[in-house]
Amino acid sequence: MGVLDLWEMIRPELLTAALATLQLALGALLLGLVLGLLLALARLGGNPLLGRLAGIYIEIFRGTPALLQLFIIYFGLAAIGVTFSSFQAAVIGLGLNAAAYLAEIYRAGLEAVPKGQTEAAQAIGMTRGQVLAWIVLPQALRVVLAPIGNVAISLLKDTSVASLIAAPDLMLRAQDLSSQYFMPLEIYLIVGAMYFALCFPLSLLVRRIERAQERRS
Amino acid sequence: MDDAVGSRLAELWPYLLQTLLLGAGTTVFLTIASLLVAIALGFVLALMRRSDNLILGGIARVYLEIFRNVPILTQLFILYFGLARLGITLPAATAAILGFGLNGAAILSEVFRASINAIDRGQGEAALAIGMTPARAMWVIVLPQAVRIALPPTGNFAIGLFKDTSLASAAAVPELAFRAKMLVSETYLTNEIYLMVAAIYLGMSLPVAHLVKRAERRFTPQKAH
Amino acid sequence: MQQPQPLVRIEGLVKSFGTHVVLNGIDLEVQPGQKLSLIGPSGSGKTTLLRCVNYLERPTGGHIFIDGEPIGEKLKDGRYLPMSDRELAKLRSRIGMVFQRFNLFPHLSAIENVMVGPVKVLRQSKAEARAAAMELLAKVGLAEKADAYPDRLSGGQQQRVAIARALAMRPKLMLFDEATSALDPELVGEVLNVMRQLAVEGMTMIIVTHEMRFAESVSDKVVFMADGAIVEQGPPGQVFRAPQVERTRAFLRAIEDH
Repeated sequence: MGVLDLWEMIRPELLTAALATLQLALGALLLGLVLGLLLALARLGGNPLLGRLAGIYIEIFRGTPALLQLFIIYFGLAAIGVTFSSFQAAVIGLGLNAAAYLAEIYRAGLEAVPKGQTEAAQAIGMTRGQVLAWIVLPQALRVVLAPIGNVAISLLKDTSVASLIAAPDLMLRAQDLSSQYFMPLEIYLIVGAMYFALCFPLSLLVRRIERAQERRS
Repeated sequence: MDDAVGSRLAELWPYLLQTLLLGAGTTVFLTIASLLVAIALGFVLALMRRSDNLILGGIARVYLEIFRNVPILTQLFILYFGLARLGITLPAATAAILGFGLNGAAILSEVFRASINAIDRGQGEAALAIGMTPARAMWVIVLPQAVRIALPPTGNFAIGLFKDTSLASAAAVPELAFRAKMLVSETYLTNEIYLMVAAIYLGMSLPVAHLVKRAERRFTPQKAH
Repeated sequence: MQQPQPLVRIEGLVKSFGTHVVLNGIDLEVQPGQKLSLIGPSGSGKTTLLRCVNYLERPTGGHIFIDGEPIGEKLKDGRYLPMSDRELAKLRSRIGMVFQRFNLFPHLSAIENVMVGPVKVLRQSKAEARAAAMELLAKVGLAEKADAYPDRLSGGQQQRVAIARALAMRPKLMLFDEATSALDPELVGEVLNVMRQLAVEGMTMIIVTHEMRFAESVSDKVVFMADGAIVEQGPPGQVFRAPQVERTRAFLRAIEDH
């Protein structure tokens, strides 16, 4: 059977699985964006205990493999009675992982805004809240946009790891189909092309944003 | 944790630790071997990108985009089955090293390219002005400085690679994550084992991350205002 | 004749960063409508002194009074307590500051930079603020650059927008922190002209500057500082032409030989 015929036969299943992959990535991204913000605020806020805890969280999640984190959330928690579906465990695990990276990105974004901006805003009588909302955050947002884009691309690729805890993503579907059709190379090549089709446009977009940033400074 | 588990852990932990440390050793071996492949190939790719030859540059560009936009796991599977189709049977670990190396080369080629570009053009021009050939100028003046700038991002890449080797467990390569899975199915001491594994990963990655942060402070070129 | 209440009264001001003492007990008064220049070598503390006036630097000791009210602290039952963020912001809105590095907001156009204070802090309507902002931009000679973003403006233009931004808050006092030091020489004049115009119009100004000729022509009082203390103060004619203290003379000589 030729590759094109194969594609015709398995396309609907692969597309469904690709949709699941997108949902997985999106869910994890949202979790990461929100939790990452909380972590960054904990780090930058006044409370030293919260700051240290956030710092430890970030070190742990950046210092261990995502696969291990998924194992713990899926298998480890099940062993103590907390059961998630593999899909849920994947969203949670990848989301918690992304949060650690996003927290650092937020922090870098805020620190990238020069101190003089805060002083100038304070000098015209803005309160700390107003300075943050109207002057610092808008500028920080421009800085973090590209790095967040890169995290999103990484998340799309990392969803493949979820297949190793049997989450119903594209790679798992590819494994099933391989044992069905006995054409593993062709199937994985097709799946690779599908990932490429998802990630490449995002990559180009991030590149455009990065270039626009360069020109600005 | 009830007494039965507690006492099993007490009697098993030397065995667990030993097995896991063996796995850690394999992880380190995979990391270093893949890193070497990635550095060598990445350097070649960086030169190709910078060359005036459009074909070489184009090939490098395509290579970069493909390897950066497809998950490593998929790349490993394609490599494994692709080699099998060509009649080449490699031990799983070797295939893994090759896979991680090819993927890493794409990432490092960008790091190296950026590092070379970070060296002020004026330096290259000054070198040419005193009569060095472009190759000599690159070798003697630009590269030594570019290496220092490339150290922190390469270090960060190595840490990422170290964690990614866990994916080789899918091919039954006996590194740390694989050993952990096996031990768990053997002993059912799920959380105890995974926590030990996390500690081992952290114990190795955190010191390196700390070193990289220090190197970052020393070697990152400050942007002039 | 009794002196009117000073607009700015600095009493025993001390400021240290860690163990390094930058201001060693400064007493100074600025009357309404007065133009005061602060001159001195770098490290003399003149910029720190200026930044204490609008509390961008917190004094380690001493007090500063604006129009009789302490800034940064409140007097309650005979004790000084820290002032709330909101109250401090309110006080600052009546003092205008122009920075050495302009500090224009890069994500806003020139006119938006001038408008943002009145709209967000004074809660004016956008239409009202825009009209007033256009007037101010015209006053500093930049009406046609209203919609330009800071990265498209020269240093001198940016600084003039910064002055307009400060003026938009209708301050009773303007602080200038080496407003021309970061400018290319040929752009300095356009900014000094705007400052001169403000002086003529009666604005109370405290100016930290290295432009001695400008300081001499615009000021009512010149204060020479060195090593965190006031060495000499007086009318420009005296300080510049007939300095009483040797340290002042040495400084002026060193500048001349430049």
